[in-house]
Amino acid sequence: MKRSLFGRIWPNATAAVLFVGFVFPVYWMFATAFKPTGDIIAENPVWFPTHLTFDHFDKAVHADHFWTLVGNSVTVTLCSVLLSLVVALLASFALARMRFKGRRGFVVTFMLAQMAPWEVMIIAIYMIVRDGDMLNSLVPLTVFYAMMVLPLTVLTLRGYIAAVPKELEESAMVDGCTRFQAFRKVIFPLLAPGLMATSLFGFITAWNEFPLVLILNKDIEKQTLPLWLSQFQTAFGDDWGATMAASSLFALPILILFIFLQRKAVSGLTDGAVKG
Amino acid sequence: MSVQTEGTDTAGGPAVRKGRVPAPPRGADRASRSPAGRPAAAPYLLLLPALAATLVLLGWPLVKNGMLSFQNLNPRQLIQHLTEWNGFHNYQQVLTGPDFRKVVERSVFLTAANVVLIMVIGTLIGLLLARLGKKTRLTLLVGLVLAWAMPYIAATTVYQWLFAQRFGVVNWVLDKLGWHSMADYNWMGGQFSTFSVIVLLIVWQSVPFVAINLYAATTTIPKELYEAAALDGAGAWRSFTSVTLPFLRPFLYSTTFLEVIWVFKAFPQVFAMNEGGPDRLTETLPIYAYVEGVGNQHFGVGAAISFLTILVLLVITSYYLRMVLKQEEDEL
Repeated sequence: MKRSLFGRIWPNATAAVLFVGFVFPVYWMFATAFKPTGDIIAENPVWFPTHLTFDHFDKAVHADHFWTLVGNSVTVTLCSVLLSLVVALLASFALARMRFKGRRGFVVTFMLAQMAPWEVMIIAIYMIVRDGDMLNSLVPLTVFYAMMVLPLTVLTLRGYIAAVPKELEESAMVDGCTRFQAFRKVIFPLLAPGLMATSLFGFITAWNEFPLVLILNKDIEKQTLPLWLSQFQTAFGDDWGATMAASSLFALPILILFIFLQRKAVSGLTDGAVKG
Repeated sequence: MSVQTEGTDTAGGPAVRKGRVPAPPRGADRASRSPAGRPAAAPYLLLLPALAATLVLLGWPLVKNGMLSFQNLNPRQLIQHLTEWNGFHNYQQVLTGPDFRKVVERSVFLTAANVVLIMVIGTLIGLLLARLGKKTRLTLLVGLVLAWAMPYIAATTVYQWLFAQRFGVVNWVLDKLGWHSMADYNWMGGQFSTFSVIVLLIVWQSVPFVAINLYAATTTIPKELYEAAALDGAGAWRSFTSVTLPFLRPFLYSTTFLEVIWVFKAFPQVFAMNEGGPDRLTETLPIYAYVEGVGNQHFGVGAAISFLTILVLLVITSYYLRMVLKQEEDEL
């Protein structure tokens, strides 16, 4: 089909404008982080910094407790992702491969649990954790973050397991594998995209989580990066260079993960649903 | 963004889910001839950890929240571990208080504005993606993914910097465009302007999810349908309304409801932007519950607000929940 010159140009022109609109805030974060302070507080913005500096990163990295908080965030994120994967793998295998009474009810439970309004349950969680004398600890955070992603992980992995042809598993069992061996050697390797998609989701959730850590952990030594970042600007006044450097450091792992995994993960999530 | 990928499974749902259906019959067949050696308890044992976790970590806080909302729980009771029941007093106080109605209206309005913008812009960009050439599309996709992936709090601080009163790039641009009164404008100084920044932030972060998934959905529309429409003499608009739109409708429904849920309970962006200020004028329901409950240490009142918030959310999304449940039952 032939299109007029205008018809060919406007989609590309619109795409260019949109691209700039969506990328600019991210670009501006990194640009500000690398600019010398003189270029940041300039009467006219310096759009393309020419003198790059690491001073702001230096300041952010040497802020009090920075490395403790990095450690906390990494620990909580990895543990919660791992925990939810193990628990979800067991449940999703049962839901995808076995017939039993109440199966439908369990699936519906997970679908509803997936929409749980965690943001407004924080007061109740605070009281529970306090009564258990677990405030200012990383354990409740890990456990609750794992729970936040558990329902979706179960439902997604269930789709993936269902997509593995039953015959593969059966022929393995005919060849003498136990059911567990058949799962480990046949299904599990085929789940890689599904595991990747769900861990990406879990990673993002735990790395980002803000309200719960805000209410549970007042002790700075036990906080995580989002909380630190939200208070960074208050602590450093109008030092936008350092604030943007801190933001960049916090955002970078997620951005990298997303760029590398997004293709696989997103197609992973949809494949799980599309393929029979 | 924690919840953003969450929907992919559900959101892609109605249109594409069907593919999963073939599995059950075979499975059912299998169960009937399953070896006698495997106990019938196996599926329940496998489900046990997940169910226990859901019960303890999700069910119990919900019940606890209900119980707290009937208690008088201020710093004194908190420190001395006292349980003082006070019936419906907290609800009475919240519902007759001057703020609650305003906060509910504000939350609903903010949600409506956000969701309409997200859906309209997201759909348009999704359709645009389908029209673009390969290279341009990939470029735009990268841009969208970057915005989508930005952690909430990082994005919020970046927006604070973009809209900063001094040296903020937005004020500079507005000034240069001839709107000189904006040169030193304090965006965080007023209710409407603070909300404008929050809406822009949420829309910017949420549009990519809708756009990318909508684009993915359009790629599943069979080309033959368009050819048939063209043979019947349908123009571009006609083939859009009678082929594209009906195909995308289930996707659009479910995404709209998911966005409603996500925006309505959005906490980090609204809170970190200005902590509900100025003068508590940008508190939405979740923030209101936090400030009353934790900030002002009226935990019982905060729990009552939380409960009412969940109730409002249920009412708003009841139609969608019914749809999901029904669809699941049809499929299982």
